[in-house]
Amino acid sequence: MGATQTRPEPQYQDLVEDTGFSLEQIKNLHKRFEQLSGNADTISRENLERIPALANNPIKTQIIEAFFDKRNQHGNELGSYEAIGFKEFLMVMSHFRPPTLRTTEEEKEAMREEKVRFLFNMHDTDGDGKITLQEYRRVVEELLSKSGTIGQEAARAIADAAMLEVASTNVPNMGPDDFYEGITFEHFQQILKGLEMESRMHIRFLDASAAHGFCRK
Amino acid sequence: MERFALSVEKTKTWVFCMIFLLLCCTTGKCELKEPKPTDSGIFETVKPFDSGIEEPQPFPEEEYGNLPVFTMDYARIQIPFEFTLWVLLASFSKIGFHIYQKITIWIPESCLLIAIGLIVGAIMHSVKEEPPAVLTSNVFFLYMLPPIILDSGYFMPTRPFFENIGTVLWYAVVGTLWNSIGIGLSLFAICQFELFEVQDINLQENLLFASIISAVDPVAALNVFDDVGVNEQIYIVIFGEGLFNDAVTVVLYSMFAFLADMPSISSTDVFLGVARFLVVGIGGVLFGVLFGFVAAFTSRFTSRVREIEPLFVFMFSYLAYLVAELFAISSIMAIITCAITMKYYVEENVSQRSCTTIRHVVKMLATVSETLIFFFLGVVTITTDHEWNWAYVMFTLLFAFLWRGLGILVLTQIVNPLRTIRFSLKDQFGLAYGGLRGAICFALAFTLGDNINRKNLFVTASIALILFTVFVQGISIRPIVEYIKIRRTNKDLNTINVEIHTRTMEHLICGVEDLCGQWGHYYWKDKFKKFNDRILRRILLRDNTAESSIVSLYKKLELQNAIELFDTSMGDISAVPSIVSLSDEKKEATRPKKKFKTGDILKMHDILAKNMYKIRQRTTAFTNKYSLPDDSRTREILIRRHASIRRSLRAESFREQPAQNISKSLRYYSLQPGGSLESALSLRRRSPAIPEEDLLRSSGASPRSSSRSLIPMTRLNTITEQTSPKEPPAAAAHPLAMENRSSLRGRKAPVATPRRHSSNRADEDEVFSENQAGAEEQHPPPQGWVPENRDPGLNEAGNPLLRQSSQRSWRT
Repeated sequence: MGATQTRPEPQYQDLVEDTGFSLEQIKNLHKRFEQLSGNADTISRENLERIPALANNPIKTQIIEAFFDKRNQHGNELGSYEAIGFKEFLMVMSHFRPPTLRTTEEEKEAMREEKVRFLFNMHDTDGDGKITLQEYRRVVEELLSKSGTIGQEAARAIADAAMLEVASTNVPNMGPDDFYEGITFEHFQQILKGLEMESRMHIRFLDASAAHGFCRK
Repeated sequence: MERFALSVEKTKTWVFCMIFLLLCCTTGKCELKEPKPTDSGIFETVKPFDSGIEEPQPFPEEEYGNLPVFTMDYARIQIPFEFTLWVLLASFSKIGFHIYQKITIWIPESCLLIAIGLIVGAIMHSVKEEPPAVLTSNVFFLYMLPPIILDSGYFMPTRPFFENIGTVLWYAVVGTLWNSIGIGLSLFAICQFELFEVQDINLQENLLFASIISAVDPVAALNVFDDVGVNEQIYIVIFGEGLFNDAVTVVLYSMFAFLADMPSISSTDVFLGVARFLVVGIGGVLFGVLFGFVAAFTSRFTSRVREIEPLFVFMFSYLAYLVAELFAISSIMAIITCAITMKYYVEENVSQRSCTTIRHVVKMLATVSETLIFFFLGVVTITTDHEWNWAYVMFTLLFAFLWRGLGILVLTQIVNPLRTIRFSLKDQFGLAYGGLRGAICFALAFTLGDNINRKNLFVTASIALILFTVFVQGISIRPIVEYIKIRRTNKDLNTINVEIHTRTMEHLICGVEDLCGQWGHYYWKDKFKKFNDRILRRILLRDNTAESSIVSLYKKLELQNAIELFDTSMGDISAVPSIVSLSDEKKEATRPKKKFKTGDILKMHDILAKNMYKIRQRTTAFTNKYSLPDDSRTREILIRRHASIRRSLRAESFREQPAQNISKSLRYYSLQPGGSLESALSLRRRSPAIPEEDLLRSSGASPRSSSRSLIPMTRLNTITEQTSPKEPPAAAAHPLAMENRSSLRGRKAPVATPRRHSSNRADEDEVFSENQAGAEEQHPPPQGWVPENRDPGLNEAGNPLLRQSSQRSWRT
């Protein structure tokens, strides 16, 4: 079976170490990658935008942007790619690994932070380490964009209220002249503290090599 | 003391007197365990029965001889009379041990009920009184079981349930089969030993008995899990298992009861049994869904008959139950699925009040049923003829415990690889240890047919098992769960941020799943949601605009805030009804919450009232079987939140452009309405020099200050009315100011009054709706709003709150 693979195994082996996926999962994801890219080496935004299932997702652009965001590559780079290779694709996907029974508390904590970071980066579009009010409003607007009757106004109000909520929980004794510039990562962690991110934000990556889920482009 | 009373009254042979005495006795007994205050309380409540005895007096019966001065026809009222007394007795004991809260924390209520039942049973036994023949098979299955099941089905936390449906069904179906067959076979093996003198019990009877005792009833475990906030997965698995294995057990029970009569069993019988099992289960689900949709559809048209609105829920679910019973398919499955199906739609269709009524009545019926069953359990334990066989009973206990643990262990190993969040060993222990036996088990055992030759032994063994699990496991589960630190979850997060991010994550996961071409349950959730929005909601709901949960949570929080604002500040306003304050308030008119037009109010309240349910459904996902889900926690959060806002609210600290040139005092000022209005007013009076337009600008600049206290309501306004300009022109508000303010004063008291009660957690649900009703009252045209939605007649006549408020507004 190894002989039929177009890619050599060792490369996968590296990826296993880097991303924590199993070999089978990587093979599956690679198949999908090729399917999306049309057998090219890289994926561009257009490739992802063509996925029909994504069309109805209200936060489609944010999701796609996240894949091209350099911050999600575990490096310290800023900015975004024009096109990503398989390795980058996997790196982004690795944010969605579920915890297993063997994961220790520390690993869980790290996983959690990673996931929160991913969300944070998704909202912090300009990469200045703060989710400003404008950014937050955009998030809410997009989130509600498929809900029909709710106007922009409402979305704004909700974002405002949410922002104030963050401000009041994190900076309880703000002076009258203080200005809450935006949600920092620490504050972001704070507000999502009670949410069990590690067990909620995950995807079950298929292990079986004959993945029946791949019948759709 | 009660002994004395007993001997005096002993000469009277009327049964009801006996029971009345028992009532005194039990309450007397339970006082021993409770603090002093109980004494007077209970005796006072008991007293009216003195006159109750004499009651037949005014209705002399016609006789042929002399006209009798005093006759009695006890036989005529016996059954309902005794039933009422039993319910009362059980309820009194419930009141009793809720007076002293600490008891119920450490000892599950079921234990206490059984204990009281035991005491009553002992008294009855000592006076040679027969236990009431109330609990027959028919009574149990037709009247006592449906409310209990309806309650569980209706308050089933839907989201976690469907996320874990596979595991739940796996444990419920396979686990119960495993337990029944495992225990049955092991007991049969025990029966082969001559030593134990139980050789006459054959395989079928052993299986029948095993199926009875494999029904877990995790009420006590659930209460504990709920209290300590154990993680959602375990909770829902235990909840669902307890619910669905009732269904499985009853099916198995009827199957084995049938088989127990048969002389021999062939292999085709086994095959037919399996087929029947499937037919019964799936048929039940289909019937349930059918009746659920019919009920939902019906509730679309009940807006004119609010009085009987809640009735449909009960009638349709009961109908589902009865029809399923008629065709001998699983009536439990039918009523569960019926409740789950209809709940979502019905609660959106009916009015807030009907919704509250439905919830209360569902809870009440279930509690009464369950209380009675546990109570009877205690009584029957003493009064019935037992056949005690050490070996059989002990082995029953052992095997029940063993097979439960083993079952969980093995089944989890199988199901774990298929789950994303796997059960750790601790979780598995929690699952296994939470497997208490309870009401269903007892009722099934007690209603065993007389053709079973060792029936008494079975009853004895079941009771022993129930007592053991309820007392030993039920009491020890809390310390154990706390000690081994089962993964907890924080379930009372109710902030907008959390809601936003939960939704973001859902979409994100769904999107990434699409990206990698896999479909998880989010995929199906997405698909169902679309189907639901496009088709089901259109058919079943009167008003079918889909709402995002974020928006509804937001609205809820805002409404809450508004209510609190009225609470805190309105008193001050009416306390200073001077011209000065009036003109001051004109300026205050920029306060967005006053800018309602009647039409908007109609719409807004319609939306609010409905979304209230949705959110409550979500947040009170975990329900306590013995009490109504309350939003006390939510409220607490809101109150805290509001308090913290009041403390820290600085509109200017939170704004779009940092460079806003508003003087500090003005800033403070614009905020003040959010805080104490009194100080704002006095402040305003002191500084009349502030240019009005500035004032308007600062307080009317909603997007900037946007706090939850003020602007919110504007926002709501804009939600219902899309055309409204971005920054609502302050001037537009003025004309309405006077009118609104007068109504404002009118509403002061009605809102404030229920709030005071709100410290009473138990009645939170009620209070909440009252609050809402109070909030509804705010608006000037009392008859105007939502004529099709709210029943004006009911409004005026039914609700004391309303009467109050109308008086008050009339007064002002």
